Amino acid sequence: MTPPSLELTSPPPAARRRPRLADGLRAVIRDRATAVGAVILTVFVLIALLAPHLATHDPWALNRGPDGAIAVLEPPSARHWLGTTNLGRDVFSQVVIGSRAAILVGFLAAFMNTLVGTNVALLAGYYGGWFDELVMRLVDLIYAVPFVPFAIILVSLIGPSLWTVIIAIVLLFWRSPARVIRAQILSLRERPYVRAARVAGASPLRIIYAHIAPNVLPLSALYMTISVGWAIVTESSVSFLGLGDPQVISWGGMLHLAFTTGAVQYAWWWVLPPGLCIVLLVVSSYLVGRSIEEFANPRLRDLV
Amino acid sequence: MGSRSRLRFILRRLLHTGVTVWLVASIVFLMFRLIPGDPAAMLVDATFPSSLRLEILQRFGLDQPLHVQYVAYLANLARGDLGWSFFYNRPVTDIIGGALVNTLVLALSSFLVAYGLGIAGGVVLAWKRKTRIDTYGTLLALVFRASPAFWTGMLALMLFSYRLDWLPHAGLRTPGYAAAGLLGKYLSYDFLVHLTLPTLVMGLYYVGYPMLLVRNTMLEVFGEEFIEFARARGLSEWRVMFVHALRNALLPVVTAATVFLGLALGGQIVVEYTFSWPGLGREIVLATQHRDYPVAQAMFLVLAAGISLMNLLADLLYPYLDPRVRAHA
Repeated sequence: MTPPSLELTSPPPAARRRPRLADGLRAVIRDRATAVGAVILTVFVLIALLAPHLATHDPWALNRGPDGAIAVLEPPSARHWLGTTNLGRDVFSQVVIGSRAAILVGFLAAFMNTLVGTNVALLAGYYGGWFDELVMRLVDLIYAVPFVPFAIILVSLIGPSLWTVIIAIVLLFWRSPARVIRAQILSLRERPYVRAARVAGASPLRIIYAHIAPNVLPLSALYMTISVGWAIVTESSVSFLGLGDPQVISWGGMLHLAFTTGAVQYAWWWVLPPGLCIVLLVVSSYLVGRSIEEFANPRLRDLV
Repeated sequence: MGSRSRLRFILRRLLHTGVTVWLVASIVFLMFRLIPGDPAAMLVDATFPSSLRLEILQRFGLDQPLHVQYVAYLANLARGDLGWSFFYNRPVTDIIGGALVNTLVLALSSFLVAYGLGIAGGVVLAWKRKTRIDTYGTLLALVFRASPAFWTGMLALMLFSYRLDWLPHAGLRTPGYAAAGLLGKYLSYDFLVHLTLPTLVMGLYYVGYPMLLVRNTMLEVFGEEFIEFARARGLSEWRVMFVHALRNALLPVVTAATVFLGLALGGQIVVEYTFSWPGLGREIVLATQHRDYPVAQAMFLVLAAGISLMNLLADLLYPYLDPRVRAHA
């Protein structure tokens, strides 16, 4: 087997002309690592959609063994594919249902934060002046806020729910796409075709959304893909620290219970699967992001 | 850039940092007071009799209007008074000192692991580019970056502490261990043994970024003439890689390193929690569990100030490291 290509630096030959969707699709198919990432992402989305049908047990049920006693901390078996928790709950079913929280938070937070970041960047970059200055100072300010501490304090103040986590992510993460896309717009707004549109009497909003925005879409797509991974890790961190929604099964919440009940000492079947799922999802979002990076082809390094 | 304009640049950045910290302090103030519901309920146990409740509110000035509270809060901050911990029943400043040192020790040691391994690994990846070493090394760096540190921490605990019993599973020191002086406190064998696992877990979590950064910057440097020249002089490939190419690829790494230290301060919260490491991050988690808001507020502020300082350091260092920036500034 030839190893998947993970080349970062060489720009695609198509980068010289304006990139089209077909180029992107071709790049996706050509690049094996991207294909692997895209397949893993799709599989997880399908699992999340079909979760109730895939789960072998009710994830909340306290399962009993053949002798009638609650099946506490059983290693994997034919009855419980990934063993049971300290309360006899089925780990496999919990992992399957837990994919819903991860996918929901990951995609929704990533989408909203890219939407906010891109729009703020478009307006600030195009109009410039005091508005731009204000936005950039705000971005600087947000860069000084420690992320996970902010999220857990917000959750502990407002109350634990997936929505609070999503709000925390969007409040802080729009800074990265905003900063990079704004820099791109500063150069785009001086291009001849933008000037031509202005002279032709196009309204500012039309120039921004019809002429400039299409050029930064690949960048936005890149940030969105990468934010999926960040959002999932953030949600699981908050849940792991015991601040997740107790009514929702999430991978971080599973790890929180495995940790606080002391099962971490030996119950590998409870600890390994949720973590592996997080790693797989985040790696695949990076892999897809990297091929978009080649496609968008700006010099991007600071993806924090 | 002349010494006067450099001074002006430094002063302006200092002012920016001061404003940032003030704004973060204001946001923290509002966050803890404008949340839905009665803010006093956060500070006073609901089961307290109303007279005691009123007394506590008065003692902490919570019966005052918001703007009076805000001015008092800022004045106290300026004096270095961070409030009173309800849970520990001690001034918050007493708790911060030790926690800050513990957090910094862990951040620095994991920084050394991440950047030591990362830089060396990045050079190897660039050197062996387009081989299997490069491909799988890059993939490994990505996997390390994608693995939540609390999960790898749990796996490390399961294997090295509980199964093999090689390393302790929690805390700074063995209970009952009496440290002799400052040196014995942070350089003793007992402390270092406790530091090992959290350091490795944190270090490996952050190793991917410097590794890929060094690899990519080195690949760009490879095209430069001085590399060709070094090879033409007959220097060994080892020397060309680690002396000539690496030295010219280090600039972004140094900038990333200062930013890293800022990030690590907030990011190591899950590692501190996993290994019961009594640092700022773990205190924040415990404070939110105890509803000890003055502590959570103060720790958060200290972290934010630390991150701002690191960002300031990055900005101030940059012109010294790259003469091209100095010429343009």
